[in-house]
Amino acid sequence: MSQVRVLVGTRKGAFVLTSDGKREKWDVSGPHFAGWEMYHLKGSPADPNRIYASQTSGWYGQIIQRSDDGGKTWHQPGTPAGAPVVPGPPKSASNKFAYDASARPLTTHQWYDGTQRPWEFKRVWHLEPSRTDPDTVYAGVEDAALFRSTDGGENWKELPGLRGHGTGPKWQPGAGGMCLHTIILDPSFGSGEPQRIYVAISAAGAFRTDDGGATWKPINRGLYSQYIPDPRAEVGHCVHHVAMHPQRPNVLFMQKHWDVMRSNDAGDSWQEVSGNLPTDFGFVIDVHAHEPETIYVVPIKSDSEHFVPDGKLRVFRSRTGGNEWEPLTKGLPQSNCYVNVLRDAMAVDSLDECGVYFGTSGGQVYASADAGDSWAPIVRDLPGVLSVEVQTLA
Amino acid sequence: MIRVIVPQHLRTLAQVRGEVELDVDSPITQRSVLDALEARYPMLRGTIRDQITQQRRPFLRFFACEEDLSHEPPDAPLPDAVRSGAEPFIVIGAIAGG
Repeated sequence: MSQVRVLVGTRKGAFVLTSDGKREKWDVSGPHFAGWEMYHLKGSPADPNRIYASQTSGWYGQIIQRSDDGGKTWHQPGTPAGAPVVPGPPKSASNKFAYDASARPLTTHQWYDGTQRPWEFKRVWHLEPSRTDPDTVYAGVEDAALFRSTDGGENWKELPGLRGHGTGPKWQPGAGGMCLHTIILDPSFGSGEPQRIYVAISAAGAFRTDDGGATWKPINRGLYSQYIPDPRAEVGHCVHHVAMHPQRPNVLFMQKHWDVMRSNDAGDSWQEVSGNLPTDFGFVIDVHAHEPETIYVVPIKSDSEHFVPDGKLRVFRSRTGGNEWEPLTKGLPQSNCYVNVLRDAMAVDSLDECGVYFGTSGGQVYASADAGDSWAPIVRDLPGVLSVEVQTLA
Repeated sequence: MIRVIVPQHLRTLAQVRGEVELDVDSPITQRSVLDALEARYPMLRGTIRDQITQQRRPFLRFFACEEDLSHEPPDAPLPDAVRSGAEPFIVIGAIAGG
């Protein structure tokens, strides 16, 4: 019988929620790494027992954790618990994210006040495991850059072509920091490790490589951001999240700071599809597992009021790839609700009836086993949710 | 034997309880003690000192013998009481809510 495993990162630890294919009764495990901010956890499509996790702290920095048994036990890659210590320099440094200044000069980026600041590593926002190799995983970090490990997270190397694109001095942090938060590996483009990769950065915009990360181009034509000096600038847009259906890799959906956008040409151009949404500010966007034109967003009131409008928690679904949206409310609080849903806090499973999941700043994780028609909380009282990912297990 | 106390989160990470006792070659300094700590517990690399710059992380401080040693040079000798094992070298995290 099928199972689903929901990986939840929160402000104070990680939780693993499991259920059978009915998705009615849930087993809750955690908190793992209690007290730490867990920005993101994601399982390897090539080996579901392999899960990577970003554990971070303003005090103690960045830790990468890995599980090889589906989240039951964890270790820092290259540093197994209880392993004998060998004299000499460390063989691995799973939490060492060094910008590759030898390949590309470490330039500056724009600070909030318009001055230039040097790049400085702060944390890993997103981990994207390879679709084919359990030991290969990409990391999107703050300050914005893309790293890759090919040894299970033991050692990390930057793909410096992105940061070295040349527009770096125009990149600037959003309110959450200058983070690379979205990594999409296009399985259809090239063989082996993907040649085409999309990333998104707040606040720089979206970028694409077609040569495995060596060179990048900004893909922001059609975006309009009235909060930057040139609203149609090549870079500087605060993209919140991008989603792609693997069967339609040229079609991208974007939740920007304001505006929900769509591209039909791999990001070369974008059109707004906000349509009848009550507000087009938001963070999450995702695509139905089996219907590439069915997409989900959670509108948030505004950039200064990060909670759902009118005290109602509503997921909006479009079955037409945007523009026409319907509110999904069954099972969700429709009064006195003022939660936020952050950019990596929505995911879908791939069971026959697609499951949709999202977590809130109030610590609820909601699940729908019928593609959003109805919802029920799996848990109600976790710490604020930072990320939600789902694994569909045979 | 050098005694070291690290914050609770780092004890969890290193899977130790209470104080850590380390054999450290002379000279006994912040650097040599932290080098020895990280050699024994590699999972602590980067959590007390930045992996790249080796600077003390901003929200941590070092104390011993009721003195704040955070701003002492990393190669300055630690107090005699630390070197003799009478007093621990303490890594402490800034107190904050949330």
